[in-house]
Amino acid sequence: MTTKSNSLTFQELILRLQTFWAERGCVLQQPYDVEVGAGTMAPETFLRVLGPRPYKVAYVQPSRRPADGRYGENPNRLYKHMQLQVILKPPPENVQDLYLESLRAIGIDLRRHDIKFEEDNWESPTLGAWGIGWQVMLDGLEITQFTYFQQCGGVDLDPISAELTYGLERIAAFLQDVDSIYEIVWAREPDTGREVTYGDVRLADEQQFSVYNFEAADVEKTWKHFELCEAEAKGLLEKYGSQPKESEREKLRFPLLSAYDLCLKCSHLFNVLDARGAISVTERVGVIARVRALAVGIAKAFVDQQGTETADAAAEGEGKSDSREPAQVT
Amino acid sequence: MADFLLEIGCEEIPARMIEGASQELGRRVGELLSRERLTASANVVRFSTPRRLSLIASGLAAVQPDVEEQVMGPSTKVAYKDGVPAAPALAFAKKVGIPLADLQRISTPKGEYLAATVKKKGRAASDILCEMLPRELGGIYWPKNMYWRKPSERFVRPVRWLVAMLDGEVVPLEFDGVAAGNASQGHRILSPGPVQVSRAAAYVESLRRAKVLSSEERLQQIRKALDAAARNIAGARWREDRELLDTVVHLTEFPSALLGNFDPEYLELPEEVLVTVMRDHQKYFALEDASGKLLPHFLAVLNTDGDPDGTIRHGHERVLRARFNDARFFWQTDQKHPLRERMEWLRHVTFQKDLGSYYDKAQRVQRLCSWISEIVRRNGMQVRPGVVHKAACLAKTDLTTELVKEFTELQGIVGGLYARVQQLDPDLPVATRISIADAIYDQYKPESMEDTLPRTIEGAVLSIGDKADSIAGMFGLGLVPSGSKDPFALRRQANAIVRIIAEYKLPLRLDELFGDALAAYQHSAAAQKMKSQSDIWLDLNILIFERLTFYLREFKGYSYDVVSAVLSSDHFDILGTIARADAVKQVKDMPDFQAIAAASKRMRNILRQAAEKGIKPAESFQYFADAQLEEKMLAAQVEKMAPRVESSRNQKDYLEALLLLSTVRPTLDTFFDKVMVMVDDEGVRANRLALLASLLREFSTIADFSEIVTEGKS
Repeated sequence: MTTKSNSLTFQELILRLQTFWAERGCVLQQPYDVEVGAGTMAPETFLRVLGPRPYKVAYVQPSRRPADGRYGENPNRLYKHMQLQVILKPPPENVQDLYLESLRAIGIDLRRHDIKFEEDNWESPTLGAWGIGWQVMLDGLEITQFTYFQQCGGVDLDPISAELTYGLERIAAFLQDVDSIYEIVWAREPDTGREVTYGDVRLADEQQFSVYNFEAADVEKTWKHFELCEAEAKGLLEKYGSQPKESEREKLRFPLLSAYDLCLKCSHLFNVLDARGAISVTERVGVIARVRALAVGIAKAFVDQQGTETADAAAEGEGKSDSREPAQVT
Repeated sequence: MADFLLEIGCEEIPARMIEGASQELGRRVGELLSRERLTASANVVRFSTPRRLSLIASGLAAVQPDVEEQVMGPSTKVAYKDGVPAAPALAFAKKVGIPLADLQRISTPKGEYLAATVKKKGRAASDILCEMLPRELGGIYWPKNMYWRKPSERFVRPVRWLVAMLDGEVVPLEFDGVAAGNASQGHRILSPGPVQVSRAAAYVESLRRAKVLSSEERLQQIRKALDAAARNIAGARWREDRELLDTVVHLTEFPSALLGNFDPEYLELPEEVLVTVMRDHQKYFALEDASGKLLPHFLAVLNTDGDPDGTIRHGHERVLRARFNDARFFWQTDQKHPLRERMEWLRHVTFQKDLGSYYDKAQRVQRLCSWISEIVRRNGMQVRPGVVHKAACLAKTDLTTELVKEFTELQGIVGGLYARVQQLDPDLPVATRISIADAIYDQYKPESMEDTLPRTIEGAVLSIGDKADSIAGMFGLGLVPSGSKDPFALRRQANAIVRIIAEYKLPLRLDELFGDALAAYQHSAAAQKMKSQSDIWLDLNILIFERLTFYLREFKGYSYDVVSAVLSSDHFDILGTIARADAVKQVKDMPDFQAIAAASKRMRNILRQAAEKGIKPAESFQYFADAQLEEKMLAAQVEKMAPRVESSRNQKDYLEALLLLSTVRPTLDTFFDKVMVMVDDEGVRANRLALLASLLREFSTIADFSEIVTEGKS
């Protein structure tokens, strides 16, 4: 049996996984600095999976889900949890084997465990995105969501991407054999062996944001934030759509990435309002549709912009041989 | 004779899809082989695991048999000019490669034609498989598929390898970019890497060495392992669960089982909650003692050969502990706000966007249920309207609980469990509270034709009221099930209503039930979105007719003609319909009744033909002085019989009514022997038609006898 003292700390776990994927050609990105509900929403996934260009990236993404907060009192649930997100575009044929190797890299001897890939398809109506895949079960514990993206922002993907989402707290608690997330050893001082726990690092975060999300957030102001962000994102999208066709340079520097940030803010503000109980059931569907409209609009525009870029690069003789027609913007 | 081996190596296929796809693959390959004359009758043995669909077809010809085919050429008129072969004849001879002199001449109705018998050389089995098989593989149906290379190539998960061999030779076919070879793959963890297959016949053995077993072997191995693990606990047995067994069979390639434990203090939680966590979420088998009481242990099925040092068990126990902790936490949190407090909360839970909230639904259902209770009570059945009322008010409140949000499959059950432990109303006697709790607990029953009914009549009333309200609302909006699409499970709900009414013998008419359920939507916001009453009833009629047919045929086993006959009469009265079906079934083979059924067909035909010609029957039959004796006798007998038939019918003694009707047979036979109905005299004709019409009407009050299958003459 693995004992607590020789198992990986939380930060070692992250370092090992990052090293593993870096050695397999991934760009190591840093966490995105706008609130997101999942690693999928970071532009490194949502936008990078669009269009024809191959890409490999890994990053930790703190993911905020206001309604999941439990004031730090539930040992298994968090308002903000950490995902390690890997995107492989296109997926290599041995992607499952690579994934299993990554488990060995964090000290899991598969010969001594029970691993199963159980059907679990992923869908995000808000992002107009879905994929086919599994939840990976290790001794009955779901440790990873493994998805072959099929569509994102309402756009069919070609090539597709494989997305691996490691639930870091769960894996760490499993490796360290602790029953509460807050007992996870985050870091251990090499000299003294002094331990810093997940609770030391994050408990206050959980407590205060639970209070904010459930009790303190100013509903009226939050709505106002939402509407301001939405209006600005919409404005940008309209402006992009109305550009004259010939101005390719202008098109390439158009701030769609900023529009996407605004869309992410809307998504998060919606989640806060939802946790706060400020969205009635009838409103709910409508607000989700508004965020979705932004996400889908940006995805389509982004594909168009990328197409311009690819065509541009090809014209300069640096284009990839497999560059394809840009998808139609509708 | 050769054996053909095919293995589609795939990333993990969803457990629920494996068996269906395997069967389809077997069927497709079998049909292909017969169609291509590679075997007389294909003997296909299937094999499947999460990572492969395989089959071995034995007794294949290596080469298709040669066939001789007759090919038709041009007509001799065109082919020969004055007896001399012309261009078309020469061209045909060249095409079939046979000297002109050896061509045949064939007479057909259209004249004489040239023809040739051509030998078609059989193709090699390998060539045919390479050409035809990929299309069959691509045609397999998957409830959900994906692409990973090109959007046009779809399969359930990425295909990673293919084995295709005729005996020892590789059949070089290609599917979704994968070329077939002779290398399979062993168990992911226990025997990773390629497994060379020497010949088709050695496949199963090669895989077994690589720790991959057939589904039959896995099922056996799992059963044995579960038995063995359960034996560690004295007096314990695992709960038989065919569905769960199927699932774990299709999640493993080399299964074993382990016994895990949980803290007995969790047994304080209701068994329903514990079993749902174990079974539905963790795929564990529950253990029980001889009396069926849950024990603090579980059995997990692994996809590996064992757990020598307890590491895996420790992991599973950890996960279960966290899940049980969550459940207990939810249970405790939920008690802070008792169900009665949550009634108001339902205003914020949507039932359906156009039909309002669950609060609105609760109001409607509660009114509908008191009406049902009243009818039931007036017919002399014991029902406690107070219990029904309270249960209907609280029925949906558990939708606001944390426990149901986490375990949605427990809705209703959780409400029932909470109602049992909570003070619903300080004045309620305990027994009443328990009855209310039971009605809430059973509100979704029966969930399938195999499921049991609500245990109490109050539960039955609530279940009917809830379902009738949903059906009325959805049908009102035109959200009607069609084909295989029934997203709100309205057919299942209608089946449940029919079954409860039939088996509780409730005196409820469906036209009144749905009429009342529809009326409850009047004056609500939903009413504006609804279709017209006549349109709604058009759909409702079809639903009721179909569901009742289903119940009488599949559940009660009545023959098709009996069901059609009784459903032609009043199909809103379920109990009456069943009683009439029963009566018809009893008399249907009696000679008199057979004759009546045949006569009914005849009468109906006569009346129909008359109507088609625009000939109308008279208002009623008149005893004209010059009428024939036989018609007067028939009329007199019908007149005498009618009140007695009616009285039997009113007493629901349909058998007696049918036997009475049968007595008319001799008179009716004589009538048809001696009397001509469609005579030229308009008055006489109309009078006779009136007689037939009244007689047929009399018969039809019980069933449409013309639907009954009669033997021999008619």
